[in-house]
Amino acid sequence: MSTIYILWLRELRRFTRSRAQVVASLGQPMLYLIALGFGMGPVFQKAGQGSYLQFVAPGVIAMSVLFSSVFSGFGLLWDRQFGFLKETLVAPVPRLQIMLGKTLGAATVAVLQGLLVVVVCFVAGFRVVNWATVPLAFLFMLLIACVFSALGTSIGSVLENMQGAQLIMNFLVMPIFFLSGALYPLTNLPRVMSAVTKMDPLTYGVDGLRSSLIGYSHFDPAFDAMVLVVVASVLMMVGSRLFAKIQV
Amino acid sequence: MIRVENLCKKFGDLTAVDNISFQVGKGEIFAFLGPNGAGKTTTIKMLTTLMPPTSGTLEIDGLHPVEKANEVRKRFGIVFQDPSLDGDMTAAENMELHGVLYHVPRKPRLARTEELLRSFELWERRNDQVKLFSGGMKRRLEIARAFLHTPKILFLDEPTLGLDPQTRNQLWTHVKNLNKVEGVTVFLTTHYMDEAERVAQRIAIIDHGKIVAAGSPEELKQQTNSSSLEDAFLVFTGSTIRDETVNQSADQLRQVAKMWSGKR
Repeated sequence: MSTIYILWLRELRRFTRSRAQVVASLGQPMLYLIALGFGMGPVFQKAGQGSYLQFVAPGVIAMSVLFSSVFSGFGLLWDRQFGFLKETLVAPVPRLQIMLGKTLGAATVAVLQGLLVVVVCFVAGFRVVNWATVPLAFLFMLLIACVFSALGTSIGSVLENMQGAQLIMNFLVMPIFFLSGALYPLTNLPRVMSAVTKMDPLTYGVDGLRSSLIGYSHFDPAFDAMVLVVVASVLMMVGSRLFAKIQV
Repeated sequence: MIRVENLCKKFGDLTAVDNISFQVGKGEIFAFLGPNGAGKTTTIKMLTTLMPPTSGTLEIDGLHPVEKANEVRKRFGIVFQDPSLDGDMTAAENMELHGVLYHVPRKPRLARTEELLRSFELWERRNDQVKLFSGGMKRRLEIARAFLHTPKILFLDEPTLGLDPQTRNQLWTHVKNLNKVEGVTVFLTTHYMDEAERVAQRIAIIDHGKIVAAGSPEELKQQTNSSSLEDAFLVFTGSTIRDETVNQSADQLRQVAKMWSGKR
């Protein structure tokens, strides 16, 4: 337990110390929120769907949690190249605990980052529909963070260099975001598109967030949560396998 | 304390370590020397449980590094070729993390942290982030950290690379002192022959994966009729320059990290 705790604490310490990075990482969500929220607003309204800002805010929150989690997982790449990973790998502790500490730390950081974006959303004019379900929103953020931190650690365990990371960003992480329904409703999508969005774990995260924040959802929130729990568990297992195989 | 017999490591067709045998006694300072790419780091990785050998016998304090990995890990401390500190954390936090990973209880951990940081002249800077430290300070901190869990063996893989003579000198003084006071066995590699000559009681020279000479510095000099260990080393290993394949991705990452160092 103490191993998991100290590695978790390390991630947190790093987060609180990189203030410039925290501010920088708020830029992208803000851009989406403002450019899309206000830019697409009139079209969305005309289509009879209400306020686009309200609709897109949960998607932007999910996005920031997604990016933050995956990036923390990529941090493994840094640890690996700069030797810190070796320090943990020669320590007399099971590798599973190292992986869990790192992943849970990354997830916690991602949730904190997400909470900052929540604040930004409120400033931009976003309003919660039902305060009673807000704790559920927190739960969904946590689930999204767990899923994608585990994914990040898995990828970080097999990646060798920065080009690989770039490739993963473009061909995995960006598609996960754009195909999740974060930016558009999932109703009346073309058949193929609809099938693809259903295979994207973030879809259920966004849907769950939306249901708890603005009371609008495509699936049953309980189903959303279940899918996320299952995917997170599978990815944690995959991640620990891959992590155990790391050779430095 | 360390026993190696007929140890081999192959990567595909390449034989990095070719049937080597040696022993290091308790409390001894042993230098493992060789040109770039001779197999030094590969041997250290096998001794420190980071890599399984292809064949041969390995024993650390009577234990096998693959079968009893965690038992072996408790028994040694290591300073790697590349720094392995977390630059965002303070010196004290790096020590704390190490202590927790090695299950050192809180009280002795704090006491020993203070003792070590004081003797390595880092106590005043304990609450500063490590990324603000100079190369020499980082090295000292790494050695202090490696001693935190009172290991029986200390591995030092080119610990003085890129340090100025003053820092190198001070560093070896610390290591020798700890060797004397705590009786720790030291296994070191270096490219500075004068250091090996001054610090080590016994030396093995490895080249192309094979041990080509072993003995005390005096013996090696006598065998080759050389006045210095450096000359003896050149007799044993020849004067051809070895081109090591450079780890490209590491270099590239270092550049990226430099660009971001202000932010990270």
